[in-house]
Amino acid sequence: MRNAVAVGAVALLLLVLAMALAAPWLFPGDPLDMVATPLLWPGQDPAFPLGSDSMGRDVLAGIAHGARMSLAVGVVAAVLSLLIGIVVGATAGYFGGRVDDVLVRITELFQTMPTFLFVIVVVAIGQPSVAVIVLAIGLASWPVIARLVRAEFRTLREMEFVLAARSQGFGHLRIMLQEMLPNALPPVIVTTSVLVASAILIESALSFLGMGDPNTVSWGSMIGEGRELLRTSWYLCALPGAAIVLTVLALNLVGEGLNDALNPRLRNR
Amino acid sequence: MNLLKAGRVLRRTLWQAVPTVIGVVILNFCLLQLVPGDAADVIAAESGSATAESMAQIRSHFGLDLPLLQQLGAYLSNLAHFSLGNSPRYNLPVTELIGSRLPNTLLLMLAALGTALLAGVLLGSIMASRVGRWSDRVLSVLALLLYSTPSFWLGLMAVVLFSVHLGWLPTGGSASIGVQLGEWDSVVDRLRHLVLPALSMSGFYIAIFARLTRASMLEVSRQDFVRTAVAKGLHPLRVGLHHVLRNALIPVTTVAGMHFGTLLGGAVVVETVFSWPGLGRLAFESVMARDYTVLLGILLLSSLLVILANMLVDLLHAWLDPRIQLH
Repeated sequence: MRNAVAVGAVALLLLVLAMALAAPWLFPGDPLDMVATPLLWPGQDPAFPLGSDSMGRDVLAGIAHGARMSLAVGVVAAVLSLLIGIVVGATAGYFGGRVDDVLVRITELFQTMPTFLFVIVVVAIGQPSVAVIVLAIGLASWPVIARLVRAEFRTLREMEFVLAARSQGFGHLRIMLQEMLPNALPPVIVTTSVLVASAILIESALSFLGMGDPNTVSWGSMIGEGRELLRTSWYLCALPGAAIVLTVLALNLVGEGLNDALNPRLRNR
Repeated sequence: MNLLKAGRVLRRTLWQAVPTVIGVVILNFCLLQLVPGDAADVIAAESGSATAESMAQIRSHFGLDLPLLQQLGAYLSNLAHFSLGNSPRYNLPVTELIGSRLPNTLLLMLAALGTALLAGVLLGSIMASRVGRWSDRVLSVLALLLYSTPSFWLGLMAVVLFSVHLGWLPTGGSASIGVQLGEWDSVVDRLRHLVLPALSMSGFYIAIFARLTRASMLEVSRQDFVRTAVAKGLHPLRVGLHHVLRNALIPVTTVAGMHFGTLLGGAVVVETVFSWPGLGRLAFESVMARDYTVLLGILLLSSLLVILANMLVDLLHAWLDPRIQLH
């Protein structure tokens, strides 16, 4: 049962990934172009199965191209926060003392600021482009990883194999990267899928507010534009939103599956 | 735990929070200096008839033309006098602006957090008591679905269902405008406006608390003291509430405190959907208007709220589990 759910989630994720990769071939041309009669309901015209918006843009093409944006932002932002989080967390946990104090303070600083407000401020500093959005989300979400890695490194530091490595005269960097990091990774891997999921949610909220990249389609911006016609054409909001929910759900389910696989303590629950 | 000790702890935590708060102010101050353009630019662009002289006048009036360090120093010295400065855009003291919006946002946040805690703990307890059965499975999937739903989309769909199709609840605002209502009616009216925003904001947190309650109740229920309580012949409900839930609430309250800041950030989006006149909306508007004094004030206040929330969580922990020492 549990396995079936996890396999279903991976399949759904692969489907979204395939859609994202195939979008330029399936729907050539700019998804922001007017191609259809405006405000077609889904199923009204077989050429546009999910209908069209008030500007006559194909909703299905928008969702397919939006998948590229969401996945790309989610994955790259997650990698960025992983990098920052691992470097900060590992350094703090390994060295301890003064270094630890300072790094923990900095982490706390970033955690006391409301994440989404911080992202908005960073996007306002740069221009609303994909790169800036990725940077903003990455900068805002590393503290979770840093805390996790720090906790792992603090326990690992006292282990005998680390002592053995130290007595062999290995350098700090080698001990941290080769000996400790692989042992600290399992909980980090589990958190990564949740990290991608939350990055996708932040990006969608950002573009919903109109702070996304104006030159690309994203699920959030489709919802934001459809909002004007919520009373009459609510499918314009419902469909891209459903795409977000399904993708994020699949990521969270994969995270649960990974957790079950990598955390034997929690098995048989 | 006695009150005296709690008071001492509160004072010490507040004292320890001072460097964090100053850090937040300095970091945000420097960040905001990097944003291209300032309030004078936006005001000039909006009036459409600005001259170089009038812009220079706005800048010098609000100190926007001073060197960076001097501006920071002025801001910090203002802070020491409990003033957050003046907003160039609204031409009002920032404390006044924030003060007019803060009650709305606090109301929304507390309603959302309260709903989320109640519903989440209830759902989680049901799931834990039926672990492995189909009702547990269905609720788990439901919780994960809520966990994956963006709050603004949940809000929009709720508007479609409850306001457009069923016509039960208003679509936005915090109160009906232009109608004279009696005292009781106006309270009901405000509550009716509160329902949808609070619900859409709480969805994500209901899911978090439900999952966490389930996991920690399962963890606690396998411990020796629970077995002892059962063996003593205590009523299962008493064991469930007094022994299991009480201990399981500790991680739940920790996470509730941790998510306080996220809740504030989420207010930006939900307040936009429901045109709720709150702090989140003010923050977004001040980013757009390059009104940094207001934004700095909001960021500072929200950090303070987060610190305060974590402090309350610490006190709550000491009450839930007397073994936890406040130090």
